[in-house]
Amino acid sequence: MFEGYSITPDAFAGKNAAQIAALPGHEGKIHVTIGDFFEVSGNGGETAADTDIVITGDCTRVKYIGARMTAGTVTVNGNADMYVGGWMKGGKIHIKGNMDSFCGIQMEGGELLCDGDAKNHVGCAYRGDWRGMKGGTIRVKGSAGNDIGTFMLGGTIIIEKDAFIHVSTHAEGGTVVIKGDVEGRVGGQMVKGDMYVLGKIKFMMPGYKKVDTVEKEIDGVKATFDHYIGDLGERHPKSKGQVVYANLYLKAVA
Amino acid sequence: MPKLIKGVGCPYCGSSCDDIEVLVSDDETKILEVHNACIIGTNLFHHANDPTRPRLPRKRQPDGSMKEIPYNEAIDFMAKTMLAAKKPLIYGFGSTNCEGMSAVARIAEKSGAVLDNCATICHGPSFLAIFDNGYPSCTLGEAKNRADVVVFWGCNPMHAHPRHTSRYSIFPRGYFTPKGQMQRTVLSIDPRETDTAKLADVHLMLDQGHDYELFDAFRTVLKGFDIPDFVAGIPKETIKKSVEIMKNAKFCMIFFGMGCTHTDGRNHNIDAAISLTRDLNDHTKCSIMAMRGHYNIAGPGQVWAWQFGFPYCIDLSKGTHAHMNPGETSSVDLAMRDEVDCFVNVGADAGAHFPIQAVQHLKKHPFITIDPNFNMASEISDLHIPVRIAGVDEPGVVYRMDNVPIQFRSVIKGLPGVPSDEELFNMVYERMCELTKTEPIWLAAKEDRRYPESEAVI
Repeated sequence: MFEGYSITPDAFAGKNAAQIAALPGHEGKIHVTIGDFFEVSGNGGETAADTDIVITGDCTRVKYIGARMTAGTVTVNGNADMYVGGWMKGGKIHIKGNMDSFCGIQMEGGELLCDGDAKNHVGCAYRGDWRGMKGGTIRVKGSAGNDIGTFMLGGTIIIEKDAFIHVSTHAEGGTVVIKGDVEGRVGGQMVKGDMYVLGKIKFMMPGYKKVDTVEKEIDGVKATFDHYIGDLGERHPKSKGQVVYANLYLKAVA
Repeated sequence: MPKLIKGVGCPYCGSSCDDIEVLVSDDETKILEVHNACIIGTNLFHHANDPTRPRLPRKRQPDGSMKEIPYNEAIDFMAKTMLAAKKPLIYGFGSTNCEGMSAVARIAEKSGAVLDNCATICHGPSFLAIFDNGYPSCTLGEAKNRADVVVFWGCNPMHAHPRHTSRYSIFPRGYFTPKGQMQRTVLSIDPRETDTAKLADVHLMLDQGHDYELFDAFRTVLKGFDIPDFVAGIPKETIKKSVEIMKNAKFCMIFFGMGCTHTDGRNHNIDAAISLTRDLNDHTKCSIMAMRGHYNIAGPGQVWAWQFGFPYCIDLSKGTHAHMNPGETSSVDLAMRDEVDCFVNVGADAGAHFPIQAVQHLKKHPFITIDPNFNMASEISDLHIPVRIAGVDEPGVVYRMDNVPIQFRSVIKGLPGVPSDEELFNMVYERMCELTKTEPIWLAAKEDRRYPESEAVI
């Protein structure tokens, strides 16, 4: 299990292959280097923005890929472990396989694309922090587990297949789009923000009330949605004398 | 002549009853009678009389058998194994005193270990909810003296905390509750008809795993909005009636247990419960409390949060800072992902309580158990080190489920030659320092504990 917190364009920038191979990492309490686990070829760009990292091979046991990066790109031709793109501020990450949990946590900007599935806590807040994902885009082409966008304040999360439970829990902004089905607990304790579910919700939260049916286009899909507001049990701010609720757009059954 | 010792604390459940009376033999080596305790607590004291209690460490031999070895050999093995491991995991501490928990922290730091306690498989999710949403709690004394509506959500104290209902929650007569049970309305929210549910005035038998929806329904009703006709299998009218009972209480007390923390959603269930408690305080007084399992399982949370800033799942492998993220640094997740290469089980039974796949992964690496008795973990261990039983033959501080510290006393003399957890961990730490040729650093919270001999090391 390798903690590859140095695998970011920011750390690679301005370094040659040998210097990159000497960048630090951890395996438990042992100090290791990137070179202990990877063969490095090519040099980093002058700045993080000019640096493109391509990782070939299986990174199922490599944590923190692209964590805290600000610019540049990281492409993984395989799976990745936890904390992919965690705390990232800019740039682009493309994972061609699956991701483990905590990907994109506390994300502030940039783009995270995953061709496979993600596990739990996509775009979630770190434990105890009430300021979760603030910006950027996470797109998971497969399905995701529980806790998507907890304490989210901004940005967009798109799950192209199904999700399990807890979408946008405690969120105060941002947009979550789930193109498949969700088991339940969509928007629990949610204050503000938008959610789109193009499939079905098995168990609807009791705190959501249908107010309207609207035509909307989201992520290239145009459809009729049932518009719900909620979570009615949670506190809500007022704007211009109007109470602001979170919006859930659930694709209407044809 | 046998001696009757009064005001003894019971080392069993989170109620940490401190009104036990124990009759001990003249030479203070045998427990003759135990008064006031529940049947489980009584047996716990009598266990200490067991002549087959282990008195020496046992190490697994190449042929698979266990052989008794002297303590210094066991300490040497433990120190060397933990120092050699890339990421050791120390887990347990449900049933030991705070002094032991404090002492183990030195070993954990020295060996770059992950330090975790039984909360990880019990009330850990409550911690996460408390981080997210606060903890409007009180002491059990307040619950006893004030609460006229008591809600048991996903817990069954009649079995898990046998004296909880009689000492604190349902039956006792308190200052503002002089009529005891007659004055209290009891609600039970449980998918099964437990013995606690049978005692309750209202039992909401919800669909298993839908606590979060039900909490949300309670909150929505409390805010004056309508809810669907059925939520989690409970009719709307029953929910409205229950909310009315809670709202009209003088003091509403919510106790929650494993039914909330270890069903789908976990911390979110508690999070919603805390939000409900906060909402109820707009109407009346309301408080919430976790039904902690062991008599001192609140202890590691207190001790380690003071030492490291986190109550559980503390990854010290970096050597520079503590990192906590349950889901990654929690014992079961680490074991399931085979991330740890040495396992130390202290005062708990990982062999019985962990998923079998987790134990299979842990068993690939050195497996050490520190426990006064034989248990499933000790029998699969590579090394079993017996210690004294905290609360029976070893005194110490424990934290009750409401985070009230209680000084437990020892009622009998410890087995000769068997150290306490604290003494054992200090010896392992000293051995680790010898092996790494470093100076031990003794900074202790208590005057009578070990201090550095030279001022230079402070």
